[in-house]
Amino acid sequence: MATAALGTAMLALPPGRALAQPTPLARAIPSSGEMMPAVGLGSWITFNVGNDPALQAECTAVMAAFFAGGGHMIDSSPMYGSSQAVIGRGLAALGRPAALFSAEKVWTSAGSNGPAQIDETRRLWGVERFDLLQVHNLLGWEAHLDTLFAMKAAGRLRYVGITTSEGRRHDLVEQIMARQPLDFVQLSYNPVDREAEQRLLPLAAARGIAVIVNRPFQQGALTRRLEGAPLPAFAGEIGATSWAQLILKFILAEPAVTVAIPATTRVDHVRENLAAASGPLPDRELRGRIAAHLGAL
Amino acid sequence: MEPWSTYRLDDFLLFSPRVYWRLFEAQNAALWPLHLATMLAGLALVLLILRRPGRAMLWTGLLLAPLWAFVAWSFLLQRYAGINWAMDYAAPAFFLQAVLLLAAAVMPGGPALGRRDAVSRAGLGLAVAGLLPYPALALASGRPLTMAEVFGIAPDPTVLVTIGLLLMARGRWLALLLPIPLLWCLFSGLTLLAMREAQAWPVLAGAGLATVLAALRLAQPASRR
Repeated sequence: MATAALGTAMLALPPGRALAQPTPLARAIPSSGEMMPAVGLGSWITFNVGNDPALQAECTAVMAAFFAGGGHMIDSSPMYGSSQAVIGRGLAALGRPAALFSAEKVWTSAGSNGPAQIDETRRLWGVERFDLLQVHNLLGWEAHLDTLFAMKAAGRLRYVGITTSEGRRHDLVEQIMARQPLDFVQLSYNPVDREAEQRLLPLAAARGIAVIVNRPFQQGALTRRLEGAPLPAFAGEIGATSWAQLILKFILAEPAVTVAIPATTRVDHVRENLAAASGPLPDRELRGRIAAHLGAL
Repeated sequence: MEPWSTYRLDDFLLFSPRVYWRLFEAQNAALWPLHLATMLAGLALVLLILRRPGRAMLWTGLLLAPLWAFVAWSFLLQRYAGINWAMDYAAPAFFLQAVLLLAAAVMPGGPALGRRDAVSRAGLGLAVAGLLPYPALALASGRPLTMAEVFGIAPDPTVLVTIGLLLMARGRWLALLLPIPLLWCLFSGLTLLAMREAQAWPVLAGAGLATVLAALRLAQPASRR
């Protein structure tokens, strides 16, 4: 079964394609200096395919293309239905790629339930330990942070973080970032949702906290809105050949951002996303034009 | 806690429409041709209610109860729960509904058919709509017939037919038998709405209509229920 899935995944990759790709942009995780390719892989909705073998194989193909293109970080959550199990199957089919940077979350209101949920998540992924565990949407954050910091101190976890999305609870996120020794914060940020620029991104830079950007395409709503609209001429100045690449380049040009984690079900899209981290990024002036252009559409 | 007003409906959607509709394709492929039996049984119930109302509600309960349990087990737990953890709560509600339908059918004082009025005629329309046109919504929505939702196989038409048949009856049991089907319609309609499926509207409209009809039925004096 695993061999068949791996075969399907590899069939989706044209021979030599990965070798032809340039090395993607990487950013340092401030708390360790470890380099992280700036485009990761989210799994919200896209990897929740249940027991459907054909769709599971598609997800494995996406993961294969992601690793072949130099990607490291895959992010999921207990909230994402079957995504964790699908990732675990994919990793097993791909022979557990050494490049994997496993980013997971704890998502339960009771702090006492956190360790059991983390163990179950670890079993689903088939990993000995996670690289990063985050408190999902700040649910039960005080108790879970205690657990995660204790795990990190015991060597059972490398990094600790918190997450929010769609601009929610930024005040509390800011307080926690200011007071807790976090390694990562995950938030939503894109050319039409720039609230994080006001306080969170500067604070992350000041405190040495790595930033993961989720929902760069607003769960696909942003790219759907742009479908059919012609790319502006200035996209060519930074080598962006699609709206998705233009949006990702806008995000990655923000110095405080460490990694963006677009989610996709398509191999061509994961390659397109990874390619956004290669070549030039927009400067401040061009970023302003990108935001203005998208905001006007 | 962030106000609920900051959430959009699609913030609660855990899966893509493609994955959702493939659940029905897999269910249909696994169970065909059981669909013919469930649809014939549904039509037989409608005919029984129309032609021989005396013991029709007994047979309605005896047929619907196992179908609710079957849909809970074969679809909600075996398929839908894989992508939606809310099914861990919905499936027990379906099993409870099966028990209630069975109890209402066999216990004294259960639902009984009465004089045909506007509510019962609307209920009949809802039941027939759930049986016959509902599977065709797949084609109308651009999906293949292999993804059709069929009474006794998929939850939505099973629930709609149940509501329709119950609205044809009278009795105190209706207050116990209608909440779970109505809540499911609301849940499923909102799920379809979050997926931007036009099919959400008939489900939500059916639920809305059924709620009004149920309120009318339950508001009637006990002697006329």
